[in-house]
Parts: sequence; structure tokens; C-alpha cells
Amino acid sequence: MKYYDYPKLFVLALPVAIFFVTFFIVPMVQLAIVGASGDSGVSSYFTIVNTPRHFESMLATLLLSIAVTFTALVISTTAGLFLVRNIFPGKEIVLSILTFPLAFPGVVIGFLIIMLAGRQGLIGLVTKALLGEKTVFAYSMLGLFFGYLYFSIPRVILTIMAAAEKLDKSLEEAAKSLGAPPFRIVIDIIIPALKPGLIASGAICFATSMGAFGTAFTLATNIDVLPMTIYTEFTLNANIAGAASLSIVLGLVTWIALFISRSLSGQTIAVSG
Amino acid sequence: MNKKQIFVIQLIFTLLVCSFLIIPVFLSVLAGITQNFFVGIKSGFTLRWVFEVLDLYSGTIYLSLMIAIACLIATLVIGIPAAYVLARIGGRISRFIEETIILPVAVPGLAIALALIIIYGGFRDFRSSWYFILVGHILFTLPFMVRSVLAVLSSTNFKELEEGAASLGASFWTRFFTIVLPNSKPGILAGSLMVFTLSIGEFNLTWMLHTPVTKTLPVGLADSYASMRLEVASAYTLIFFIMIIPLLLGMQILSREKN
Amino acid sequence: MQKDTTSIELISCGKTFKDGTRALEKINLNINGGETIVLLGPSGCGKTTLLRIIAGLEEPDEGGKIIFNKENVTDLQIEKRNVGMVFQSYALFPNMNVKENIGYGLKVRKLDKNKIDDRVSEMLEMMHINDLSLRRIDQLSGGQRQRVALARAIAVRPRVLLLDEPLTALDAILRDRLRVEIDSLLRSLGITAIYVTHDQSEAMALGDRIVVMSDGKISQIGTPRDIYYHPQNEFVADFIGTVNRILGSDIKKLDSLEGKELLFRPEDIEIVEKKYSHLTGVVKASFFLGEKTRLIVNYNAGEQLSLEGRYKKEYVIGSEIHLRFNVDSLIILPN
Repeated sequence: MKYYDYPKLFVLALPVAIFFVTFFIVPMVQLAIVGASGDSGVSSYFTIVNTPRHFESMLATLLLSIAVTFTALVISTTAGLFLVRNIFPGKEIVLSILTFPLAFPGVVIGFLIIMLAGRQGLIGLVTKALLGEKTVFAYSMLGLFFGYLYFSIPRVILTIMAAAEKLDKSLEEAAKSLGAPPFRIVIDIIIPALKPGLIASGAICFATSMGAFGTAFTLATNIDVLPMTIYTEFTLNANIAGAASLSIVLGLVTWIALFISRSLSGQTIAVSG
Repeated sequence: MNKKQIFVIQLIFTLLVCSFLIIPVFLSVLAGITQNFFVGIKSGFTLRWVFEVLDLYSGTIYLSLMIAIACLIATLVIGIPAAYVLARIGGRISRFIEETIILPVAVPGLAIALALIIIYGGFRDFRSSWYFILVGHILFTLPFMVRSVLAVLSSTNFKELEEGAASLGASFWTRFFTIVLPNSKPGILAGSLMVFTLSIGEFNLTWMLHTPVTKTLPVGLADSYASMRLEVASAYTLIFFIMIIPLLLGMQILSREKN
Repeated sequence: MQKDTTSIELISCGKTFKDGTRALEKINLNINGGETIVLLGPSGCGKTTLLRIIAGLEEPDEGGKIIFNKENVTDLQIEKRNVGMVFQSYALFPNMNVKENIGYGLKVRKLDKNKIDDRVSEMLEMMHINDLSLRRIDQLSGGQRQRVALARAIAVRPRVLLLDEPLTALDAILRDRLRVEIDSLLRSLGITAIYVTHDQSEAMALGDRIVVMSDGKISQIGTPRDIYYHPQNEFVADFIGTVNRILGSDIKKLDSLEGKELLFRPEDIEIVEKKYSHLTGVVKASFFLGEKTRLIVNYNAGEQLSLEGRYKKEYVIGSEIHLRFNVDSLIILPN
């Protein structure tokens, strides 16, 4: 059956191949070439190291993404494990709330952070009433942190819950029967079993945070995270080569992170924030 | 600490996480229907801002819907056959191609948009039409359609079903349309919802690809966040939520059925 | 040979897969029209590959030929070969109900609707599944699925019926019942059928002839009785039923067998009084199985053999017993 079908399979694969080569492969290759076409040629790929502004931006984005990833992992594992192991009235609603933001675009999430911590935000209102002074952090690094956390938590929770549902309950019971206290069970049984899921969702979280543009666009007019740097290089400074080389570097970083995630979990693709 | 206490602490923690996610949504909905949010809800409720948004931005809503529908059709037409071919050939080649098709999701939208502009920005008519945005959306959503269909195909023994159909005399195309397509339906449905939802909300690519005459809903949103009063921005966001929540609900129902 | 049945001739059909594994050595096989042939062997012996080559799901290596009634079908795709196939997992289409599944082959052949309905009803009747006609596939039990799969394969009036381990997925009781049904179905249809299984009792019950396969080769072809009582090599002797080995020199009063290795079935040895004895041994273990008892006996300080019979008496472990062979049923393998 196989061999007779090859020409027909080829016909079926043709549209996607043409589209993909025309609108992705060729443009990306061109982008890489343009990235090397600046004043300093191929070495412009190292501007990220030797241009202080780019380096700082890269560093800030890395640190932010790492911080978000770890926080999201801790929060989501705690909540995710709780949700898998307990049944209580209203659980369905809680689950819905935790997963809905999955498809919110980054700009909207930025705005939601403004609602929370902006000039007319809830936190400002509460702090003014309590302390007499308005706390506003939506437009700072902290605001970005919360914004990224907002789109990370649902992603991680889903993966953790999926992994936790597959946990072999008898392992835990065996550990208990051998006299292990609860915290030992968490350290010796649960965390190791969740490890692939944790790494996978952590990588997704990290990659999404690195490349997040929408949230940063709404909040970070004054903060140089990498996507914003690329954007300003391109639009304000008309430094197309610089923007191109930075994009390629950023793309490589996120792709590697997601590749790790996929090879560990075999599923999940991230939606950009 | 006894069991009960641990339960309560964990519950409170989970509810706090929930509030972090839901309170801003609630606030934004509230702001969208309040006369003056700065004064508070005592200023009264109104649909004034919603109408103002519809007045100012209805074009972006139509454009987004149109692009989402076109994007859905395109991903169906090229994505389902792609998924089937990948499932049929299998092995390392298939995984390599799959990995390549997923690239547009792994690489930040900004980079892809930049690449598209560098190479096709010179074609003025194309650059200034909504097809330019459509191309970006198809690139970005295609992986979701392909993976969704592929997942269903790999979980059914479709090769044996096809062999069964072939033994009964069905040709390649008959098998494709009477066996493969109907049995991929759950994947096609889930993929379609995902594609449509993502296309409506796509910002990262679209912001770079849009022109003043091709503004989509999220572009309009960003615009209103930067330049409009909070109530208008909130009302606009509210409209976006109203559009997207049924789609999200649909996805949840589908994934629950699967389990 | 019945008039409208299809004979099958395989000439030099081998199969090497793309990754280099050799699933089937080049073999020749003739199957008479209307005959039920069972391909029997352990997993990985090439029996399923052989079936798939006959079906047209695999191509034989260069030089192989498949002839249906003098017509060379080697290059004919499966959908043109008009074979009926029953798969191990049934391969019923989940997007169709029972009726639609059975009628699929007819619909593909563009028969008109009335004819399809008639034939489908006939099949439902024949398989005793009338009341299932509108059920979805996932609402059927394993045995029901099996019947639908058979009905679907037969509905198109195939030239040959190919069955790939059709009973493996079922539990033991159902398997026995369906085995009887399949047997009478095949006889009443008079169709050429090729049946793949790894279960020797299934093979014995169903096959007009059995093709025993191992390592991609045919070990022996013969009627069930042939295969059981006259195995031509060690593999066949071991694979079909239980077999004991003994050296001719260990047997008293049978001097003519001196120096030869003899094989015999557990039921072909009797417990007798000492004076008739060919061999004396000690009972090592005894298993009462209901309709028979199996004894494990040690002889010659360490050699072991097993015997089966309807012994009324209980043999205590450690007791000495005397054994006598049924000389006619001793198997001597050709060298």
C-alpha cells in the first residue's frame, strides 16, 4: 500500500511546503543574512555582548525570565498538586479561572496589570486608603514580573496537573507504609515524579517570558527588555541589521528552551505572551 | 498541623492565585461599564463606553473576525493534509518536519514579522493589505492545527483502519475522505478552536505587520491602552473578552470530553 | 477444487524491510481453492508478513510473484485484489455504525443502495447480529466486534478471506465459541481462507492444512494430524503440543532403536506392571488437571519426561512406576 501512495502524499504535502518555504524559511534566512550585513558583518551577532545597552537588556530579560519561571513553578506546583488531590465544591470554577488566561494576548495581560497596579489600579487604591500613599508599580520591572507571572501560571499549572494525575499513588502508599513522613514523600516521591513536567513547563515559561512582546509593549515603555530593544532598534533607530541580529539570537534562545521542553514532555507548545 | 489545616492553607493559597488572575479581569469589566472609574461605581453604570468603542473601533473587530476565518480556512486546507502526511511517513523525517513547522511558535513573533517585512515589505500592495497579516497568522497558528490533528491520528490506529478500508476496495482518496478525515474530527475541532482564538488575539506579529488601514482588534486594544481614557480601554477589553470567552469555554469542554 | 473458488500460488516471495530486517525468506506455497490454510508460528516468524503479502499490504521482494487462479496479482494494489481481511484489532471504522461498516465495501464499489441494504441484512442475519445494526462501534463487545469484522470482510464476496489472529483479543471462553462459528462459516462459504495464529489448538481445529513457520521459513506443511504425529523437525515437534525426548538405548526390550533419539507425546506412554515395562522411573510431581493427570517422572538419575493420562489412581511423589511405550507412535525425526 505504502509505495503506491507516495505521489499522492506528495500532493497533499505540497501546499504546506510551498507556503512554509515562501513565508518562513526564505524570510528567516534573509533575516539571518541581514543580521550579518551591518557595519561589523557577522560579528554583529556579538553586539549583544559588546554593545552595553544590548548586553544590559539581554541580562535584564534573562534575570526577569528566570525569576518568573521559578516563581511560577513554585506557585503552580503547590496549587496544581492541591487541585489534583482534593475535591471541593467550586473546584470546576477554580480550574476554569486558572486556565482561561492561557489564550489572553500579551497586550491584554499588560492592561490587566495596569488595572491592578497602575495609576488608577486596585493596589494603589488600597494602599492609599491604608497608608495614605499610592503604590504604583505597573510600569516598572515589578509590573513586568507580575504580568509575565500572569501568563505563566496557567501554562505551568496545566502541565503539572497532567503530570500529577499520572502519579502512581501506590508509590506514595509504599513510602508511607515504610514510615516516611509527608515532607519526605514530597521530596523523595512526588518531586522526582513531576520532574519532567517541571522542567518542560519551566522551559516553556522561560521561553515565553524571553520573547514576550505584548505585555512589555503595554507596560515597559521605559524598560529595556530584549523584545522592546529589538522593536526600538527597528522603528526608532532604523537599525535593521541590529534588530535582525538580536531577533536571531532571541529566536535561538527561545527555540532551544522549547526544544528541551518538547523533548521532555512530548507535548505543549507555548503561546506567546 | 493536622490534615484539615493543611487543606485550608492550600485552599487559601490556591484561591489567592485565582484572585490574582481573576480580579484584574473583573476590574476591567467593571471599569468598562462605569461612568467614571476614578470616582468609582457610585458614579453609575453605563454602556456609553462600549458604544464609543464600537463607534471608534468596529473596523478592527470585523477585520479580526475576517482574518480569523480566513486563517482557519487556510490552516484547515494546508494543515490537515500536512498532519496526515506526517502521520503516514512517521519516523525521524516526520519528527524533523514537525519540529520545523513548529518553529514559528518557538521563535518570537517579532523576529518573524521582521523577517517578513525585510523580504516582502517592498511589495507595497501586499504589504498594505490584510493578506500580509493573514500570512503571519497562518504561520503562527498552523502548528496548533497540525499538532492537534496529528495527536488524534497517532492515538487512533488509523493505519490499520486505512488498511481495512483498502482491503474493502477503497482507493487512496476515498480512504482520505471517508476514513481519515471523519476520524480526525476531534483533533480538527480542537485545532480549529485554537487557531480561531489565537488569530483573534494575536498581537506580537500583527503589531509589526499592520498598517494604519489594517488594524486588528489587539492592535486597536494596544492603541486604546496608550491613548484612550481607562473606561474606553476597559470597554474595548470587555468586548474582546465577550468574543473570546465562548471560544475558551469550547476548548475546555473539548479537552474535558477527551479525558 | 470447487468451481468458483480461488487458488493461490506464491512463487519465491521474500520480504526484507527498509531497515534491513529480513522478515521472510523466499518461499513457495500453493493453496488450493476453497481450502482453509493456517499459518502457524511464534511471533516474529513471518506469518503475518506472509499474509500481508498475499493481501497486497506489503510488496514481496524483487522476483516474488503472487498468482490468484493463474492471474498474476503481484502488482495489483490491495484495493483491486478483492480480498476480505479480518484484522487482529478488527479495524472497524469508529465513525460508522455496524450497518455502515458492513456496507462500506459495497458502497465503495458503487452498488446501488437497495442492493447494499439487501446484502447487509443478509450478513447481519448470517452473523446473528440483526439487533446491532445501528450500534456505534464503541458500544460493541469484543465478540460482537469480531462478528461485524467478519461480516464486513465477507460482504464484498471476496476471492479469498484473510484472517490475522482474529481471536487473540478475546477471552478464552469466547475464543472457543467463536472458533466453532468461524469453522462452520468457512466450511459453509467454501471460500479460500488463510488464517494466521500463534495458537496451535486454533490451528488444529480450523486448518485443512497447517503451514508451520519459524524464522521466516516454512518448517512444515501438512494436515493437522500429519503435523502432530509426523513432525519433520525439532521445531515443529516442540512447537506443536508437548514432546518428550529419550535415547533409544535407555529403553529396555526395544533393541532396534539403539542409538536413536526418539520423540513421543505425553499421552503415548502407559503405566504398566513391571514385567511389561520398557522404562522405570520415579514420580517427581503430579498435577491433577480434571479430565487428566500429568506426571513428571525422573529416570536414569536426572533425565525427565512428562506423561498424561486418565489415571484413576493417585501416584505418590517418590514412588516407582513402570512405563511402556506405544511403539507405533514413537517419532523418529529424519536426519
